[in-house]
Amino acid sequence: MRRDVFQAIADPTRRNILISLTSESKNINNLAEQFDMTRQAVSLHVKYLQECGVINIEKKGRERYCNLDVEKIVEVEKWLEPFKELWKIKFAQLDIVLEELKKKPK
Amino acid sequence: MNTTTFKTEEKKLTITRTFNAPLDLVWKAWTNPDFLDKWWAPKPMQSKTKSMDFKDGGSRLYAMVALNGDEHWAITFYKEIMVNSYFKGEHAFCDENAKINTEFPVGKFCNKFITLNESQTTVVRELTYTSEEHLKKMVEIGMKEGTSMIFENLDEYLKSFK
Repeated sequence: MRRDVFQAIADPTRRNILISLTSESKNINNLAEQFDMTRQAVSLHVKYLQECGVINIEKKGRERYCNLDVEKIVEVEKWLEPFKELWKIKFAQLDIVLEELKKKPK
Repeated sequence: MNTTTFKTEEKKLTITRTFNAPLDLVWKAWTNPDFLDKWWAPKPMQSKTKSMDFKDGGSRLYAMVALNGDEHWAITFYKEIMVNSYFKGEHAFCDENAKINTEFPVGKFCNKFITLNESQTTVVRELTYTSEEHLKKMVEIGMKEGTSMIFENLDEYLKSFK
């Protein structure tokens, strides 16, 4: 069964795995250690994420490294949504800067 | 909180937002490097301006710095400025020496500042691209810049699909 992006991110552990992959590519052992899970449990999640197309697995020697496929994650029907979130957050930060500016004496 | 509205028309994306501050302060926050660096990058990323010359023909060279130290450099070219009213220009990705990355498209923007009343200002930011594909690519890049932060807000994002 071909899975989609939403199924990938529906599970909180899978979301956490994806978040940890945003900073760097990791192998199964790294992930198992990081999330205090067995290798088997991590492998199952990783396989699921691979089926969803949101991660790619690269073999480096005996290790398999997981890489995030950001393009796939962005490829949702409302592809603009994350971009909107980004601007909403920037503007929320700007609100704070403006409050500071208002307090300064002219 | 004031809402941000988005409108897409083929190759143009318009972002509108009202701020609870008078125009001169809002203008300052968008055109002064020290203030820009305080809000331009979504946390936990940090905006770092290397140089900025806010005038017709001037530019701002800056980086978005990730938590792990990765720097993503970009440059904003200022083409036309009418103080306290609007400023137009172009935006491109580059390296720390302002060498443009020709792999990515250059986007045009126009930021308009409108007084709503003495304590509120509306900013209308128009982004224009050469094609819809180009716009999607810019969005993707913008997404990559804020990816880790966005995933932290994933719960909120998912709710919008229910």
